Amino acid sequence: MDQYNVASEVFSFLRKNAAYIGPQIHLVMWGMGLLILDFLIPKEKKRLISLFALLGIAAAMVHWYRLYHAGVGRAFFDMISLDSFSLFFQLTVLIAAALTVMMSYRYLDEEGEQHGEYYALILFATSGMMFMVAALDLVTIFVGLELMSISVYVLVGFLRFNLKSNEASLKYFLLGAFSTGVLLYGMSLLYGISGSTNLQVIGYAVSQNPTSPAVVLGMIGMLAGLFFKVAAVPFHMWAPDAYEGAPTSVTAFMSVAVKAAAFAVFFRVLMVSLGSLRDLSTILISVVAILTMTVGNWAAVTQSNIKRLLAYSSISHAGYVLLGLATGSELGIRAGAVYLFLYTFMNLGAWAVVLLLRRRDIPGEQIDDFNGLFFRNPWVAGLMLLFLLSLGGIPPLAGFIAKYYVFAAVIQEYLTAGSKLMLWLAIIAVLNAVVALYYYVKIVVAMFMKELSEPAELSFSVGNTITLIITAAATIILGIYPNVVIRFAEVAALPLL
Amino acid sequence: MDFFMRNILNIVTYFPLVGVLLIILWPKGKEHEDGIRWIANLVGFIGFVISLPLMLSFDNPKYIGADGMRFGLDHEWITAIGARYHLGIDGISLLLTLLTTLLGSIAILSSWSAIQERVREYYCYLLLLQTGMIGVFVALDFFLFYVFWEVMLVPMYFLIGIWGSERRLYSAIKFFLYTLFGSVVMLLGILALYFFQHSQTGVWSFDILRYQRLSIPAELQWWVFLAFFLGFAIKVPMFPFHTWLPDAHTDAPTAASVILAGVLLKMGTYGFVRISLPVLPQATLHFLPWMMTLCVIGIIYGALVAMMQKDWKRLVAYSSVSHLGFCMLGVFAATPVALQGGILQMINHGISTGALFLIVGIVYERRHTRLIAEYSGLSHVMPLYATVFLIMTMSSIGLPALNGFIGEFMILQGVFGDNNLRFWAILGASGIVLGAAYMLWLYQRTMFGKVDKPENQKLQDLNLRELATFVPLIILAFWIGLYPKTFLQYLDRPVIQIVQRVRPGILQGQEIKTTAVVMKSGQSTTER
Repeated sequence: MDQYNVASEVFSFLRKNAAYIGPQIHLVMWGMGLLILDFLIPKEKKRLISLFALLGIAAAMVHWYRLYHAGVGRAFFDMISLDSFSLFFQLTVLIAAALTVMMSYRYLDEEGEQHGEYYALILFATSGMMFMVAALDLVTIFVGLELMSISVYVLVGFLRFNLKSNEASLKYFLLGAFSTGVLLYGMSLLYGISGSTNLQVIGYAVSQNPTSPAVVLGMIGMLAGLFFKVAAVPFHMWAPDAYEGAPTSVTAFMSVAVKAAAFAVFFRVLMVSLGSLRDLSTILISVVAILTMTVGNWAAVTQSNIKRLLAYSSISHAGYVLLGLATGSELGIRAGAVYLFLYTFMNLGAWAVVLLLRRRDIPGEQIDDFNGLFFRNPWVAGLMLLFLLSLGGIPPLAGFIAKYYVFAAVIQEYLTAGSKLMLWLAIIAVLNAVVALYYYVKIVVAMFMKELSEPAELSFSVGNTITLIITAAATIILGIYPNVVIRFAEVAALPLL
Repeated sequence: MDFFMRNILNIVTYFPLVGVLLIILWPKGKEHEDGIRWIANLVGFIGFVISLPLMLSFDNPKYIGADGMRFGLDHEWITAIGARYHLGIDGISLLLTLLTTLLGSIAILSSWSAIQERVREYYCYLLLLQTGMIGVFVALDFFLFYVFWEVMLVPMYFLIGIWGSERRLYSAIKFFLYTLFGSVVMLLGILALYFFQHSQTGVWSFDILRYQRLSIPAELQWWVFLAFFLGFAIKVPMFPFHTWLPDAHTDAPTAASVILAGVLLKMGTYGFVRISLPVLPQATLHFLPWMMTLCVIGIIYGALVAMMQKDWKRLVAYSSVSHLGFCMLGVFAATPVALQGGILQMINHGISTGALFLIVGIVYERRHTRLIAEYSGLSHVMPLYATVFLIMTMSSIGLPALNGFIGEFMILQGVFGDNNLRFWAILGASGIVLGAAYMLWLYQRTMFGKVDKPENQKLQDLNLRELATFVPLIILAFWIGLYPKTFLQYLDRPVIQIVQRVRPGILQGQEIKTTAVVMKSGQSTTER
């Protein structure tokens, strides 16, 4: 009888708690189902798997929506905290995953690598991210991070017969493993100080003894690991190679979803656990933010490969999000959240256009491949222009709202705290916006002002057309009328304060 | 009709977009290109016509808002940050809006035969630009202002980059990045004001009129002033931020040059008048000597460099630097007369320099060279053209009875009237002499003498369309020169308001002088 009672207690515990990780469970189950399905579907119909994957993400989204309405809560002994902050970033990565799946299948056909594993890995990585952003415990963070990272390592090397892809994967894996080690080292120090892996308990322990070397070292270890994941300078060395070698669709996914998830963890750890080290972390993050924006932008200027260019541009964008982090204020968190959400759309849009240029026998990865795109297809060129201007922060597009919000956070911090550092951050940030526009305009020049070079057709599919429409609509609509996003981000920032 | 008048600012601003839509949907093919031209011209012309009621009903009490702004529209927009969709005009924006719609339609008309490639896009960009520029002049919300301010960069970039001459890509990107640099720094200034405003009133707002009522501590004023200065001075452009201008002008197609000189540069001067002066009065006074110095350097340097140019268009471009120095001299002096003159001179510069660029464009279209040395004795082969050029030269150098004289006279009188500023007036006046020198020399070299080049023997005189682009400008040049009250009357009230903010002490004694100038046209100012 006792055993029965225990079993039923366990069951009811699981049922109650599992509700909070419903979307993740959906993703994992659909991912595994998809691996089985992969065997049943004949080779020429493999595309169908992408539809299946999309259904899985849709199911997760439905579950997300129910959680969004059912209210927030904690699960698994505070290892998971499903609050508005988690919900915000879970939505972001779900959207990124859905868009990635939609724009991938035609590309994989062109590469001749249409396998079910691709979609399964995307789903697994996404569920890892959703764990990360909802984690209130070092262990959950780590498990989620590893689930995400290992899936992405494999995805980066997905083009098995492509040397660059293999190289990228290995590089990313080795450096990633190393940085995970550093992260773990930081985590273990914080655990040693507090005797707990719970972020809030750690936060309390740290506030009791904020100057202890172990705490500072622990923070530095954690920051270094997270800087690596968001590809902040000087931990960015892997990014251009990994981004260039990875299948383009994976690059797109990495540059938005991985980044958003890692930043969410960054925000939570910094605000919840390391809040009492604000002075030190602000300086560290500010310096890294300045380096990230500046190095990312100046390195992008000289690139002739579009994937590397966008890789460096995404590094510099991470620098802007770091600005929000550096302020550590409520507005800063909001700014980071708004930035990452809007960035998802405009950046995926730009990558979707790059994917269109990948045609059998034509890599379509050089800026020269964009030459005269306007004359081939004015709509695609127009959309790319839209995404690039948005990335460059020209109003009334989404990217402007993102940048505006970050600048606002920094200026507010300058006015309230009066720290000169913030003023310099703001000035360097706006100057970087000008540099960024220079290399975005390089692509515009190629598209609109050069002669058409490659007369091959673009690789359209239903999926990437829909992706383009969604991302473009979001870039414009959320640029002109960003109320929804800002309101959501306002709520999202609350649990961290 | 009432609906039209209530929403007139929206309609005037977004009407060009209707043209863009029609042009995009218009059938493809070379044979349909004339249709595109007709659409663009009609939209440009109608755009001008529907902006006229702004002036005609300006004093209709039905459309005067509580804040004194006319035809106001105020809707919620981004409530999360307090940005509102707030439009409205006063006398200053009225004149600049009308200038924009007029020069816009003239620029469209002037492109009929000059643009033969990618016609569809060309008119789209031109019309988009129109919307962006009008938006800047009618926006009363700083966020909205900034959106329009940046939006117009993109079409202008394309106009220079695609249809420009040899170094178009270089000039286009230089223009783009230079102005962008100024505007992002300005954004920081806007944000500083935004947070300060909130700390004072507890309301999140970007309302420019609200900002104008703030009293801001001196230190904050200084650095916000510098941030705005960078944004506006690059756009004007004031010395030493002018270097993008000659390149952009030289390489831009004629219509883009006209818009650039006529309207775009006015966005910078307008920014100073609308924002820097009334929002940051103490900083304005603090930096006054520096600003005056830059203006005077701009006037003299621009004129000297213009004199040395071998390229006709570059000469006109540098003359712009010089003339805008005059405008800014009047604006910064911030005495009623000088400010009024400065604003009028913005309009005058739009008219005369716009026309001068059209004039260069006409021979460039025929000969494909801008070198002054390539032309001589054109008055023999193109008498009508020479006449128009003569009128516009005189307008540019400030001959009485033409518009330039009124503006320059008012500016110099206003500046001279202030004992502390007298010195700058004297220096500035030398610019008029230099201006006369380079313009008359240009006229002499190109119009008089023998027709020594065989290519020039058979040059066509102005055709009807080309003449039509000049007629409104000539009429306006004489109108302002002979009876400026029509236009000055709109400026009295806003100018007094600004002066009250910047130099409240100066008003009592000076109001009579405002009247004195307008007396020249035979009437005294009405009390506004």
